Amino acid sequence: MIAGISIYEILTLTTLLFFIGVYGFITRKNLISILISVELIMNASVVNFVIINKYLYPDALQGVLFSIFIIAVAAAETALAIAIIISLYRQIGSVEVDETETMKY
Amino acid sequence: MEKYIFYILAFSMIAFAIAAVNSRKMMRSVIYLLFVLVGIAGIFFLIDYNFLAAIQLTVYGGGVIVLMIFSVLLVHHIELELSLAKTSKRIVAAIVSAIGIGVFLQIIYTYDFPVVENYKTTSTADIGEKLLSYGDGGFVLPFEVISMLLLAAMIGAIVIAKGKKT
Repeated sequence: MIAGISIYEILTLTTLLFFIGVYGFITRKNLISILISVELIMNASVVNFVIINKYLYPDALQGVLFSIFIIAVAAAETALAIAIIISLYRQIGSVEVDETETMKY
Repeated sequence: MEKYIFYILAFSMIAFAIAAVNSRKMMRSVIYLLFVLVGIAGIFFLIDYNFLAAIQLTVYGGGVIVLMIFSVLLVHHIELELSLAKTSKRIVAAIVSAIGIGVFLQIIYTYDFPVVENYKTTSTADIGEKLLSYGDGGFVLPFEVISMLLLAAMIGAIVIAKGKKT
């Protein structure tokens, strides 16, 4: 654990990061910007896993292993999302949310 | 000393996160996200999970950011200014986020965490043994599943991004 820092301060930090991500997710209209906000949310949750593992159960390793899996899934998700965005750009020439309606019906 | 490093990291991370969701230039937004991710790696270093910090730097700081930069460069003109959402929508989103922050912080600060004082260092060997053990609480099955998932995601990304052959 970090000397002089309680668990509350770190959880406050991750809460702020999480809701900054939520704010970006609601307000942005570009697909890549939305992906950036999702990355922020995902990283805040990873830090939460690790911090709770370290501060409450220092002998266990479950939090670390789960955060490794979260990072792997996030990398796979980003690669697929970028592939979909590029394919979409090829088909309709735009990545704005309000112009993508090819699969809406 | 560690305390001040943590505060510097925390404030710069929050500032860069706000900049990343508010910047009107796509490229700058991605670079601000890179700073946030490196700050999180710094926090992992501070609490002595060196392996996790290395993963964070290589996967996020290396892979994900490079993918995003490539897609930004392929899709947008580099000087393109993004259109902002309507002011009313932004205010509503900010209020919703503030309410969420309030609820979360209220719950966190009223809960009494049973914190264990410790300064243990976790070595990479411990993580590796736990990841490959098939005894009680071992993680070998999720490890195999995640390798299949990464393979499937790789093939899927190639197939989707290649498009139709004409």
